Amino acid sequence: MSKRIDVKDLNVYYSKFLAVADVNINIEAKSVTAFIGPSGCGKSTFLRTLNRMHEVIPGARVEGEVLLDGDNLYGPGVDPVTVRSQIGMVFQRPNPFPTMSIRDNVLAGVKLNNQRISKGEADALVERSLQGANLWNEVKDRLGKPGSGLSGGQQQRLCIARAIAVEPQVILMDEPCSALDPISTLAIEDLINELKDQYTVVIVTHNMQQAARVSDKTAFFNIAGTGKPGRLIEYGDTHTMFSNPTEKATEDYVSGRFG
Amino acid sequence: MTTTSLTTSRGAGRAGDKVFSAATLAAGCLILAVLFGVAIFLVIQAFPALVASPDKIQGGEGFFAYIWPIVIGTLIAAVIALVIATPVAIGVALFISHFAPRKLASGLGYVIDLLAAIPSVVYGAWGAAFLAKEISPAYNWLANNLGWLPIFQGPASATGKTILTAGIVLSVMVLPIITSLSREIFLQTPKLHEEAALALGATRWEMIRMAVLPFGRPGIISAVMLGLGRALGETMAVALVLSSGVLTASLIQSGNQTIAAEIALNFPEASGLKVNTLIAAGLVLFVITLGVNMIARWIISRHKEFSGAN
Repeated sequence: MSKRIDVKDLNVYYSKFLAVADVNINIEAKSVTAFIGPSGCGKSTFLRTLNRMHEVIPGARVEGEVLLDGDNLYGPGVDPVTVRSQIGMVFQRPNPFPTMSIRDNVLAGVKLNNQRISKGEADALVERSLQGANLWNEVKDRLGKPGSGLSGGQQQRLCIARAIAVEPQVILMDEPCSALDPISTLAIEDLINELKDQYTVVIVTHNMQQAARVSDKTAFFNIAGTGKPGRLIEYGDTHTMFSNPTEKATEDYVSGRFG
Repeated sequence: MTTTSLTTSRGAGRAGDKVFSAATLAAGCLILAVLFGVAIFLVIQAFPALVASPDKIQGGEGFFAYIWPIVIGTLIAAVIALVIATPVAIGVALFISHFAPRKLASGLGYVIDLLAAIPSVVYGAWGAAFLAKEISPAYNWLANNLGWLPIFQGPASATGKTILTAGIVLSVMVLPIITSLSREIFLQTPKLHEEAALALGATRWEMIRMAVLPFGRPGIISAVMLGLGRALGETMAVALVLSSGVLTASLIQSGNQTIAAEIALNFPEASGLKVNTLIAAGLVLFVITLGVNMIARWIISRHKEFSGAN
């Protein structure tokens, strides 16, 4: 159910501005990969190119290849809508649909992808997805209530439930804990650990302890200066990246000497 | 280090605060007073017509018999206008906010706003002199092919000056109101929710159905109600376009009348009880508009929990 991602010579542009340059990275299936780096280094931009969400921004485009188990996301005839239904995304701020109930939020993506679903199947899927997001016990008595009434951490787990309900190959997370308190953050981190049994997870984070706690591999992005493109500096096992990195810049960053 | 005691206050700033709050209070009271004054005027002036013996009222059968056909006529014209204008307006607003390239969008928005700047008498003249004539063949077709429906019963008016034509002219007039309000609402849809839908694999249209329209729903209702207010009260265009008469089910025959046009056409020559009758008609229109607005508020508040405002 989960697939690997291989990125070859990827450049990301905003109109003429080169935002991220020459990224080559291989992300294993059923693993957690963390992207770290200072603000503005292009890690979120790069993450968005992995499910073509950058196309929402006018003028954004890429050169190069992103292969999902060998299939190029940017190949001719590939529909971004199909790409996104296979590569889900969780955002920085929790964004459940405010006009929908908790139940409808979980089912939102499923109703798009396969229009007809029986009530029994829907109930089972809602329970399974919410269980998968460690939220079931907290919301099982109020599935008909609006999702916006939950706490921030619960909303974020609802968004994760919504993402896994469509059974994607990969889940991308763009700083999923940056708007949450430490306890909710811990809940999400536990969840990420469980998710990797079934999914390929890629997470952008500003929190290096978080990267060290949750990820198998870590990629460090950096930017040479304002107006210069962000680059992938180093990529390796998380343990090595934090204890014995090859690059000086990585060592400076993970030890807190800059950024 | 300067010492500032808690009891010293910035005198000038406080005075400004007081003046401002008094000014806003006065403005708030003024608007209530005006509304109340209008209502009182209408009730007092309408009273003689409401209690007059039936044979003294125009038509000779009392105020109720006089007013209800034109109430129905008013509602028919307004409903036709909204049925035509609402889908078009929402479509145009969505096109401007989510589909059109940016340059085209701003130009198109400007043109729509210009439509609102055209005086209603110009719309009336256009409807009477041009649209009515051009559209009458279509009415003949409707009468021949759908004549079994009471609303399209023939014979169609030869001049085309019917309630349907008036409704179409009204729809063009309310279109810019609904469009520009809806467009503003659609543009305010949080990016967060649009991206949530897209990231689930929604197409653009599905994203609009999942995120934009539910978010904009209260705004759309308000916009439609404002449009309805305009359609109910529009006078000049209807007076010029409609060849009025008794209440008729068929929309393509001449006949029917709206309250506003009835008042405008009869007021100049009216005297005595006739004036009271017309003002009573105005009171009825006032009550209808008030009722419509209250219903709209109720519809909006019914879904408050899911509005996203919490």
